[in-house]
Amino acid sequence: MEKQKANIDLNNEVIRIRGLQKSFGDYHVLRGIDLDLYQGENLVVLGRSGTGKSVLIKLISGMLYPDAGTINVLGNELTTITEKEMEALRIRIGFSFQNSALYDSMTVRKNLEFPLVRNRKGITRKEIDNAVHKVLDAVSLSQTINQMPSELSGGQRKRIGIARTLILNPEIMLYDEPTAGLDPITCIEINELINEVQQSYNTSSIIITHDLTCAKMVGDRVAMLLDGQFQRVGSFDEVFATDDARVKPFYDYNFIE
Amino acid sequence: MESIESHTEQEPSGLTKVKNSVISFFLMLYRVYAFIIRFFKEVFVPPYEFREVVRQCYETGVRSFTLITLTGFIIGVIFTKQSRPSLTDFGATSWLPSLVSIAVLKALAPLVTALIAAGKVGSSIGAELGSMRVTEQIDAMEVSGTKPFKFLVCTRVIATTFTIPLLATYTALIALLGGYLNINQNEGTSYATFIEQAFEPITFVDIWASLAKAVVFGFTIGIVGCYQGYNSTKGTEGVGKAANGAVVTAMFLVFIEEVLIVQIAGWFR
Ligand SMILES: Nc1ncnc2c1ncn2[C@@H]1O[C@H](COP(=O)(O)OP(=O)(O)O)[C@@H](O)[C@H]1O
Ligand SMILES: [Mg+2]
Repeated sequence: MEKQKANIDLNNEVIRIRGLQKSFGDYHVLRGIDLDLYQGENLVVLGRSGTGKSVLIKLISGMLYPDAGTINVLGNELTTITEKEMEALRIRIGFSFQNSALYDSMTVRKNLEFPLVRNRKGITRKEIDNAVHKVLDAVSLSQTINQMPSELSGGQRKRIGIARTLILNPEIMLYDEPTAGLDPITCIEINELINEVQQSYNTSSIIITHDLTCAKMVGDRVAMLLDGQFQRVGSFDEVFATDDARVKPFYDYNFIE
Repeated sequence: MESIESHTEQEPSGLTKVKNSVISFFLMLYRVYAFIIRFFKEVFVPPYEFREVVRQCYETGVRSFTLITLTGFIIGVIFTKQSRPSLTDFGATSWLPSLVSIAVLKALAPLVTALIAAGKVGSSIGAELGSMRVTEQIDAMEVSGTKPFKFLVCTRVIATTFTIPLLATYTALIALLGGYLNINQNEGTSYATFIEQAFEPITFVDIWASLAKAVVFGFTIGIVGCYQGYNSTKGTEGVGKAANGAVVTAMFLVFIEEVLIVQIAGWFR
């Protein structure tokens, strides 16, 4: 279960965020976020519910627009990017939604095909089938190909959701609470999948969670979101080597000694 | 948050409640208007999502077909049956075919079709898009390179705008069939005579006005259903609200449009 050594390029920042701010009405959610994501690394973002973790990755994927600050993703500055460029950039970023967000009117096969047929004009039937089988294999769910999402378990849905983003060979993966609501064994399987994706698809990832087992298993680096800013960033042990009353309860709850 | 709390502390009076709901209704009409503007901005820009439009047309037709067939036929029969006694008093039962066709073609067919479609199609569009919004399927579409407004909203609105006039035409034919069967049974009027008498008082303006009505109704049902679903709030009750809101709003607007279009068509006569 020990994490394999990742191949991280510290000279290559795939995401670089500076002074990022976002409010909803009076509520100042993000208050000056600075963050670098290096090529090939898994960065875990921890934080309490409602601290703006989902808002952060929605800003990175262009679903929301920042109030202030800069977001540079794969060399594109999101605040000045044209719509065409944003479209091209989006398919280089994979987004795994908290509740999987599978299209529930489509079979697993159609779910997986959808991003492909929509984005690769002129792709042949054979290429589509090959790609579908490849990602299904990657998440070990080949047998579900003709099932409807409603027939899948929570863990299976999560895997298919991840497979659906992998089919476009993303360079960046954003996982929104990948283990939320799953049993411990399924959690471990999902964590292993996240690591496998990092290795075999050579992705750089941000993983949002408040599951410290997940953080420990998948994270090359951990960042703690507190009061709208990243207060503690570093290795898992560095982040929790503190008596800060906002940080310690996280650790104490997850690892009862 | 705070405004909601202070609101519940002092129970608002009945009048304030009415005032608030009237204001929020007009606010919603304004937002629907903005939604319509967005529709026209996006619908003419490629890609046109032709296949999805065809699929949605099919869905619209299938969802309301049975109910429309049944209702259309019953309306034709009942209307004929109920009108007969008053015409008999004047010895004018030979007017029955024209009376039925005027009622069906000029008023009943588009209106009844629209009301049924609002209930069947409008609500299912609201529920479908509402649950897609709530479960983040719309966001998933957006981040994977498909424009959800075009793919989900434009296609459905085109489909209802195109299909509901067809359905209204079908309703009219079925209702006339019902009327004919009843008249044939009671007065022994032949098919040819019925057709001749039925279409005698109908002008082209009447047909066009009815079709125009059906087009407007179809557009309204599509737009309102999509608006409610697309802007549905998070949480499971959001889906129910979207479906319900789609029906209520669409029916209300259909009645208003009916009155307006009848007025306008009157000027052309
Ligand atoms: N689209 C939005 N409109 C208004 N408020 C929002 C929106 N998205 C998120 N929020 C608010 O921002 C805060 C942070 O949300 P979120 O990022 O989802 O938290 P979490 O860290 O649990 O993922 C919440 O209080 C939420 O209500
Ligand atoms: Mg969240």
